[in-house]
Amino acid sequence: MRRKNLRVVFGVIVVVVAMGYFGFAGFQEGKAYYKTIEELNEMGEKAYGKRIKVAGIVTEGTIVREGKNLHFRLEQNELGLSCVYTGSAPVPDTFKDGVEAVCEGNYREDGSFEAKKIQAKCASKYQSKYGTAQATGH
Amino acid sequence: MANFGNLSLLLAFSVTVYAILALFLGWRTQRRELAKSGEYAVYASCFFVTLSAIALFHLFATSNFNVEYVARYSNRDLPMSYKLAAFWGGQQGSLLFWTWVLTIFAAIVTFQSRRRRSDLVTVALGIISITTLFFLLLNNFLENPFGRLGILHEGNQQPMPFAPSDGRGLNPLLQHPIMVIHPPVLFLGYVGFVVPAAFALAALVTRELGNAWVTLIRRWALLAWGFLGIGIILGARWAYVELGWGGYWAWDPVENASFMPWLTGTAFLHSAIIQEKKNMLKVWNVVLIIATYLLCIFGTFLTRSGIVSSVHAFAESEVGVYFIAFIALTGVASIILIFVRLDYLKSESSFDSIVSREASFMFNNLVFLGACFAVFWGTMYPVFSEAIQGEKITIGPPFFNKIYVPLGLFILFLTGVAPLLAWRKTSFKSLNKNFFWPLALSIVAAIVLFFAGVRQIAPLVAFFLAIFVTLTILIEFFRGVGARMRAHGESVANALFNLVAKNKRRYGGYIVHFGIVLLFIGFSGAAFNQEAQGELGEGDSITIGDYTLVCEKLEEKDTPNYYLVEAALAVSKNGKPVTMLYPQKRVYKASEQSTSEVAMRSTLREDLYTVFAGLSQESGKAVIQLYINPLVSWLWLGGTIMGLGTIICILPDAGTTRSVRGRKALDRLLTSDEKM
Repeated sequence: MRRKNLRVVFGVIVVVVAMGYFGFAGFQEGKAYYKTIEELNEMGEKAYGKRIKVAGIVTEGTIVREGKNLHFRLEQNELGLSCVYTGSAPVPDTFKDGVEAVCEGNYREDGSFEAKKIQAKCASKYQSKYGTAQATGH
Repeated sequence: MANFGNLSLLLAFSVTVYAILALFLGWRTQRRELAKSGEYAVYASCFFVTLSAIALFHLFATSNFNVEYVARYSNRDLPMSYKLAAFWGGQQGSLLFWTWVLTIFAAIVTFQSRRRRSDLVTVALGIISITTLFFLLLNNFLENPFGRLGILHEGNQQPMPFAPSDGRGLNPLLQHPIMVIHPPVLFLGYVGFVVPAAFALAALVTRELGNAWVTLIRRWALLAWGFLGIGIILGARWAYVELGWGGYWAWDPVENASFMPWLTGTAFLHSAIIQEKKNMLKVWNVVLIIATYLLCIFGTFLTRSGIVSSVHAFAESEVGVYFIAFIALTGVASIILIFVRLDYLKSESSFDSIVSREASFMFNNLVFLGACFAVFWGTMYPVFSEAIQGEKITIGPPFFNKIYVPLGLFILFLTGVAPLLAWRKTSFKSLNKNFFWPLALSIVAAIVLFFAGVRQIAPLVAFFLAIFVTLTILIEFFRGVGARMRAHGESVANALFNLVAKNKRRYGGYIVHFGIVLLFIGFSGAAFNQEAQGELGEGDSITIGDYTLVCEKLEEKDTPNYYLVEAALAVSKNGKPVTMLYPQKRVYKASEQSTSEVAMRSTLREDLYTVFAGLSQESGKAVIQLYINPLVSWLWLGGTIMGLGTIICILPDAGTTRSVRGRKALDRLLTSDEKM
């Protein structure tokens, strides 16, 4: 390989290494563990201080606004988790009783979950098969 | 009508099977009539898919709720434009739309080359038809939009037809004018890349690996790239005005899905130039365009399969397996083909210097590919980590932002520098001539900005580069216009028009680059975002930045499609009244879903963005969320200019003599290739 090509290769290496570095740093900052409520209970102490994502169905009638915070309960396979949302962005429109929500935040030592971000999936009716309920009835 | 649609889909399937057989056999046996009949079958498949698309439109327009798909995504009181847009509101319809666009493109390719006798085109059409067949398979047998509702009574074997009195309604978030055009535009981009990739594969199959295929598909690649880019920006615009979280891009898997092929497509458009001019990077180009094609299919798969959780993905379904199988088969076949044909793909020259056009193009490719890989990694990491470690780990926006800020700035730098470097090697004298003034002026501007209060490093560098790149582009225009004025004695306007018209690829490219610069200015604004939240009853006020908002009225209203609560906010800036804003909270009747309607005051300097987040349960006051988002308008401006530049690049060359000459040159290329 000629020297000029070598210089190009050197440039390429610099770019790749820089990208790797930024990628690694961003990865450390942005990673979150996706856990079910059951796994969260099992993790216990190990879950403290980690960024956790947890999903569940919002239990009917548990959404209560208290000042800036929003309290609610998530349910998954008959396990419950009481949550409080402390983030600043408005809660998504789709977030209401009975929808599947994904919360991102910290598991607190009192066994509750502090959500900094909430994502709510579109109301489940958009995903349910329309015909199945009627097809068996009557 | 549903039966009619079904029948058309089946017929389309049959003629597509025939098209594939006829085209490939016609090519293998060199029987022209056979290949020709395959081409007619391509037209026929377009005809039949069009009929079934019309059938589905008709079912929506007449609110035929016996059809499950119509009942699920439409309702009687939905405005007509949204009834028609509900066509692509769900999975089955979107997939049918894909097929429809693909068959239309296949028909256009057939028509364009109707007088050209070429193995390359025949095989390319065959490959496009294979993709069509895959999607028709899904349309017919797995995700059929014409499925009907029925009730199975006890004792009866046959279900009785059933039509609910009203449909469930289109998701209110999709009831927005942009949602009528965003999905089709995006699909035109996705599907558009099938054509160039099919030609690349055909070039491998037929050994016609000269530059003919690159020349043939240049406009198709640009068109697909343009549509994809505009589609992405429209999607961002929709998220911004409809979702009400104050931003336009969240690195959501669905967004990433459309972004990845755009990145590789951008890399391809640039490296294709190198192949045309220098006969380099031949393997690379084939790899890039096939990767782009596979990423388009992959993107469709990501949004359809529910493999990574996303807020706005469609229902989870079984089609995922078929997509993976198709992608894997096509990928493996392409890799084998490339290896078999490696001898034909040798470069005819190599790099001479790091400060050359070739080398800068290579860095461009490297960065775009790295950017694409980062998005792929970040999007798919939850899947990988679960498969390998058994632990699902997601990667959030900080990962993407960390990588994209430096990468984006490097891209912006290349945008300014690369087009002005010389081929092979750039002398210091030419560097000095092209870059001295832009560099000097933008350094001065950066210093001024620093003292004006822009202290964060990333936006400061972005503004510095934005000014630098704009100046290099302006100088190119000035030089070109000046030269024409001297040489032809033209006026400024004439010289400018002729300059662009006579060198569409070059100056169209500069215009696209200028659009990119504006996009970056828009992105940089995010560093200066502000937000505030408050509970407002009538007469209450809230302050953010220089703005004060007074709530004059809270009002409830009723419309056929939804109920709404509205806050009337009087906005004043530094004490002077500027405008009224009316953010709303709506509850849609058919779906019982609520949405927040954003109200904003948008200027080039900043957007004041207000969201009606909800009614407070204790006080009954409106919870209002406020954002100041500087420079967001520049994004929409930049997107428009990019679209304009792309159109200029695509426009046919002026004068018939020239295009005839072009066609002859292309035919020469094609025939010379055949002898290779």
